[in-house]
Amino acid sequence: MRITCPYCGERGNDEFSYLGDASVVRPDPASPNASEAFYDFAYERRNVAGPMQELWYHAAGCHAWLVVTRDTRTHEIFEVKSAQDVALERQKSAGAAQ
Amino acid sequence: MTQFQSFRVASLGLVDRTKPLDFTFDGVPYTGFAGDTLASALLANGVHLVGRSFKYHRPRGILTAGSEEPNALVELRSGARREANTRATVAELYEGLEAKSQNRFPSLSLDLLSINGLLSPVFSAGFYYKTFMWPASFWEKLYEPIIRRAAGLGRAANEPDPDTYDKANAFCDVLVIGSGPAGLMAALSAARAGAKVILVEESFAFGGRLLSDARTIDGKSGVEWVSSVVAELASLPNVRLMTRTTIFGAYDTGTFGAVERVADHVAVPAAGEPRQRLWHIVAKRTVIAQGSTERPIIFGNNDRPGIMLASAVRTYINRFGVAPGKTAVVFSNNDEAASTIDDLVRAGIEVSALVDTRPVLPPEIKAKARKHGIRVFEGAAVADATGGQRVTGARIAAAYGASHNVTCDLIAVSGGFNPNLQVTTHLGGRPQWLESLSAFVPGTLPKGMTVAGTANGSLSLAACLREGAEAGAAAATPNGLETVVSAIPAVDDELTEVSAFWHVEGAKHKAFVDQQNDVTAADVRLAEREGFRSVEHLKRYTTLGMATDQGKTSNVNGLAMMAELTKKSIPATGTTTARPPYTPVSLGVLAGEHREKHFKPTRLTPSHAWAKERGAVFIEAGMWLRAQYFPKPGEADWLTTVNREVKTIRSGVGVCDVSTLGKIEVHGTDAGKFLDRVYINMMSTLGVGKARYGMMLREDGIAMDDGTAARFAEDRYFITTTTANAIKVLQHLELCRQWYWPDLDVQLFPVSDQWAQYSVAGPRARDLLAKIVDAPFDISNEAFPYMAAAEISALGGIKARIYRLSFSGELAYEIAVPARHGDLLMRKLMSEGEAFGAIPYGTEALGVMRIEKGHVGGSELNGTTTAADLGLGKMASTKKDYIGRVLSQRPGLIDGARPRLIGFKPVDKSARLRGGAHFIGKDAQPTAENDQGYMTSVAYSPMLGHWVGLGLLARGDSRIGEIVTAVDPVRGETTLVEVVSAAFYDAEGARLRV
Amino acid sequence: MLSSERYSIFSVLAEALRGQTGWKPAWRKATPKPSYDIVIVGGGGHGLATAYYLAKRYGNANVAVVEKGWIGSGNVGRNTTIVRSNYLLPGNIPFYETSMKLWEGLEQDLNYNAMVSQRGVLNLYHSDGQRDAYARRGNAMRLHGIDAELLDHNAVRAMYPWLNYDNARFPIKGGLLQRRGGTVRHDAVAWGYARGADRLGVDIIENAEVTGFRIENGKIAGLETTRGFIGANKVGLAVAGNSSRVAALAGMTLPIESHVLQAFVSEGIKPFIDGVVTFGAGHFYISQSDKGGLVFGGDIDGYNSYAQRGNLPVVEDVLEGGMALMPRIGRVRLLRSWGGIMDMSMDGSPIIDRTPIDGLYFNGGWCYGGFKATPASGLCFAHLLARGEPHEVAKAYRLDRFRTGHMIDEKGMGNQPNLH
Repeated sequence: MRITCPYCGERGNDEFSYLGDASVVRPDPASPNASEAFYDFAYERRNVAGPMQELWYHAAGCHAWLVVTRDTRTHEIFEVKSAQDVALERQKSAGAAQ
Repeated sequence: MTQFQSFRVASLGLVDRTKPLDFTFDGVPYTGFAGDTLASALLANGVHLVGRSFKYHRPRGILTAGSEEPNALVELRSGARREANTRATVAELYEGLEAKSQNRFPSLSLDLLSINGLLSPVFSAGFYYKTFMWPASFWEKLYEPIIRRAAGLGRAANEPDPDTYDKANAFCDVLVIGSGPAGLMAALSAARAGAKVILVEESFAFGGRLLSDARTIDGKSGVEWVSSVVAELASLPNVRLMTRTTIFGAYDTGTFGAVERVADHVAVPAAGEPRQRLWHIVAKRTVIAQGSTERPIIFGNNDRPGIMLASAVRTYINRFGVAPGKTAVVFSNNDEAASTIDDLVRAGIEVSALVDTRPVLPPEIKAKARKHGIRVFEGAAVADATGGQRVTGARIAAAYGASHNVTCDLIAVSGGFNPNLQVTTHLGGRPQWLESLSAFVPGTLPKGMTVAGTANGSLSLAACLREGAEAGAAAATPNGLETVVSAIPAVDDELTEVSAFWHVEGAKHKAFVDQQNDVTAADVRLAEREGFRSVEHLKRYTTLGMATDQGKTSNVNGLAMMAELTKKSIPATGTTTARPPYTPVSLGVLAGEHREKHFKPTRLTPSHAWAKERGAVFIEAGMWLRAQYFPKPGEADWLTTVNREVKTIRSGVGVCDVSTLGKIEVHGTDAGKFLDRVYINMMSTLGVGKARYGMMLREDGIAMDDGTAARFAEDRYFITTTTANAIKVLQHLELCRQWYWPDLDVQLFPVSDQWAQYSVAGPRARDLLAKIVDAPFDISNEAFPYMAAAEISALGGIKARIYRLSFSGELAYEIAVPARHGDLLMRKLMSEGEAFGAIPYGTEALGVMRIEKGHVGGSELNGTTTAADLGLGKMASTKKDYIGRVLSQRPGLIDGARPRLIGFKPVDKSARLRGGAHFIGKDAQPTAENDQGYMTSVAYSPMLGHWVGLGLLARGDSRIGEIVTAVDPVRGETTLVEVVSAAFYDAEGARLRV
Repeated sequence: MLSSERYSIFSVLAEALRGQTGWKPAWRKATPKPSYDIVIVGGGGHGLATAYYLAKRYGNANVAVVEKGWIGSGNVGRNTTIVRSNYLLPGNIPFYETSMKLWEGLEQDLNYNAMVSQRGVLNLYHSDGQRDAYARRGNAMRLHGIDAELLDHNAVRAMYPWLNYDNARFPIKGGLLQRRGGTVRHDAVAWGYARGADRLGVDIIENAEVTGFRIENGKIAGLETTRGFIGANKVGLAVAGNSSRVAALAGMTLPIESHVLQAFVSEGIKPFIDGVVTFGAGHFYISQSDKGGLVFGGDIDGYNSYAQRGNLPVVEDVLEGGMALMPRIGRVRLLRSWGGIMDMSMDGSPIIDRTPIDGLYFNGGWCYGGFKATPASGLCFAHLLARGEPHEVAKAYRLDRFRTGHMIDEKGMGNQPNLH
């Protein structure tokens, strides 16, 4: 399996390490239901059969975390983005919504 | 006595008759020619009996001329290079080749275990599931040893493989797999269009079936046409040609695994050359042109030596110039195989009958047979073969129930063709049934893959050439651009009709579906009777298709039989998908160079060379090789040395290489804020020029790592991690920085390898370092107190850093210089240190001193302990949030009954403590109910004169003074221990602040 | 005439004389009844064992097993066949030892020879720290009355003289041996339980895929399948790698990720590896089957997958371990590789518990260790389904243990399934 790192280009998956679902967002630790929210965040998994956004880390490359959209049934990769860009985007849209 | 090659046909074949090669089989010397396989060379010498079957030890010969061979398996080479189960049909002949038959006792021609054949009524499919159950204890003692003695075919070598293996990567636009007519045209079209092409051929010569079948292309012989195409391809800079290379698997995103057999065709690889090379080929698009595999027909005694696939007969005649018999019967259900009579006649082999299952043969074939005076049986079948170690005749069941016996020593059999679609299914593609071919053809294909020629179910040569050219052109120009298809060469028409015919009813003898695993037609019937009707159940119950040939000649036949028995269609009964490898590949090549000593890289510390000179004993610590201790001449054992080292440090000074620690620069205006969020304690309040011990948790609230943070400027921190967690912590911090808090102004720079770092510990540490650091840096206690940090220069102008940190509990510093100066610094420390009796010390003394001080190490940071478990709960700040805080508050993690880290000393001071011992109450029975925790770390304390230990004991922090029992049943020891404070030595910490 | 219903040397000999014509199907091809007391989803080892023990030990044969394909098509037929009870934590040890004891009596219980072969499981260690960690484990086992031996270098060398001792990157210092560990013929486990359950009246319904659950007032009423609706008072899920997909049909998420684990078998060669050996310095473990194939594996690929196949890096990683430990296998050939989908739980230990939906029960999270658990998993799940309360040895396998912080984390890797 090959992943196209936005910084380094296409590389074999042995250069990357995997964390998991990128669609879950780390909860606000100050929220009143933080313990339940953190339980969900840390343990409950949608475990998608199909296209899934995942966090991969280019360990043997540029050390960037990436959001990879990949089909868990076929391993086909549709999109790779810088996780930091995605996270900033998310913050921006969250800010705009408020 | 060297045998004469009496079955060589003078006028035919591509072997090099100017290069005779000597070889032996079962010790008997023979000769063949360059260009032979072991199988063709054996046949040239009239040798047909080459092996014994797995279960019944039946005599077996050579069925095929390719990698699908189920029977002709030999032990090739000898000693450490012995290779079991090598297919004689693909093993290239070389001078001095040595092969032995397998699975026979005492000899191939007299195999006593062939008695198993007489017991075959008992040894039916799955019989072992029904018996050997009584009494239970006899399984391991009696039944299984007998079964294991009979298991396997050949023997693995007894010694390490002496050859080397290599790995390489290749990239291309178009990968063409197979170099028959379709593959060559595909490669040519794609290459002419300018694509970067890799053409891979399993055999040692390009051409595929064109080497085996006498055909004319563009007015040239097939072989000449192949040469001209290969010459053009070889002349193109965008083409890589690879022979002796097997694509064994398709993996994701266009990655293919391939094995190149660099030196399997010679006795021993040339110096510096690997035996085989593993290729990772990354291809944008792929053309599969792997041809087809002919399948046999199931009839009585269909496994007798001398019974051969029709295509193999043509290969031996045309490619190798060998007559595989003197009198042949052709038994077919298709035109291509029936046409084999031409080749037989050309090779001077008498054809005693053409038996075809079809009621009416095409007139062209009948005319040929008539011309050669060959008797034709239409709508007939060979029901049984006669003979033992060689076929001697065929009993033909003709139409209308007539039976004819004919004499022969060769039966060329063909039940049709299975496209070689295995690689198309590796990524989940499903084949589809093509009724007109009576075979599965590729169905759904992975992205970027196309199939051409016989592999696609197109049997005629013209179709192969055309499909190959089109597939190659399309693969070269994938984006809808106009493709330019190379001109298709002109060829004669041939007949390609196939009819479905699987097995002969009324066979009197055993009829084999899977020859290697001795699965018979009766076994398939039994499986059906017992409900094992799904194709996977059939395989697993009978072992059909599970042998080294992976069922290439048996799977579809078995499936067809099951379909007949269950009165379902073949596609409704099941399908045939494959998983890698396409053909078996050696385990060594998959490991490449990473074996034995080179299994993993070895990381050496900056002082390694010096330590080696000094006679250090080294120890593996992850990838690192670290000095463990430095023995002096005359020291009796490691403990003597380590005791001396600890005592010397605690009274004088010692130096230890701690460069293996993880080191990360944390820069940015938000660096302090960032560290506050990842450490449980506060780091933003750390003063510039100060260092602080810190602990990080995982998000689940469990301790992850400990280390120190030093601050060199408002926006510049430097942190260390444990050696073991250096990579993990960096990854975690990068996740926090990039993903959780992308808006923080913070940057991380891993600098673990950039700094050589030494711990200088002991009462004389300051005296020693005073000689190392450059003026005007003031190293006095007042100017540079405990937990201070500074950027300085040392050794006359070398950039350096100094930290007043202590793991040992003594007055101690860590001094760091750029790694390239690490060797110099160590040598300087030692030469300047001579005046103070300085010694080097290794990981053992380091460990002893940390246990004497009760500091946690890897055994305590084991992924299940909380900060509170480790007695570090008070470090956690309540003024801020940090990773792991929320989940660390779960009931199970704050339960007061959890094991807590505490110290232990033996009641009997002479007793030894053991890591991994469990604690039970003083007078309790050693049972699970009484288990209260375990010892994590132990050391002999030379300062205290007895063993000391750290351990996790239920409510341990409130049990100081209690006596408990440390039980260690696996080492047969039981020791009374007292629960004590973990700070065994200098509990007040007075020594480190002086 | 002698009955071939019961398997024995006598029935085998009798059938040999009459051309094997008297054998009956090992299990009936049942068609679904309108409803059952209990329906087990998943005709793998765990589901079939559950049905068997429900009928045999809990007296409830009004049970169906529904399987989307052919029985045994999941991990019970694609594992490396190892059985052992060499666990570390009190939440796990009694459960796996219960399984071990059931394996030891399996053939007699089922009248089916699954070739339970106790030739020993040896875990090698390569450092003092690893030795002490294995001592801790071995001691935990011994305190539970389970056999465990800590071997030193010489004792390992006596057992396996041909391992790489002298040219090793991580020298072998010893090993933890459980002599009662070993291997079992995996497919036969599914078939044996299926036959046993069938003979007690359980319906085994193949080619029936669950497409939905009927839940009325928070209680399970039955399930929709590709072979129609099947009513049930209780439904037990035992679908391993498909746990999350099936649970999603009931509106649940689980603390589980699906990952692919590859496994490998070599060509058959004359046996030279007696027991199971695991490498302590890399991802490699191996045994040799009664047919002569080397059966081996290593780490999971590490990314979520439902594809039942993996990639080359792990293949190479496994063989690097193999050639580090036993370089004599270099010229032996790999015959087959395959992938299974592991239901990786968030602490590496399984779940056998009720769900928030009344009458719906869950069995999963077996990670890559489900095969050895098959008998105890079946027994404990049957107990839970029959009695409504957990079996004594499976009490720790609660679904809510992550919420309460009572993880059973043998490896100490935390909430990251691909590290377990």
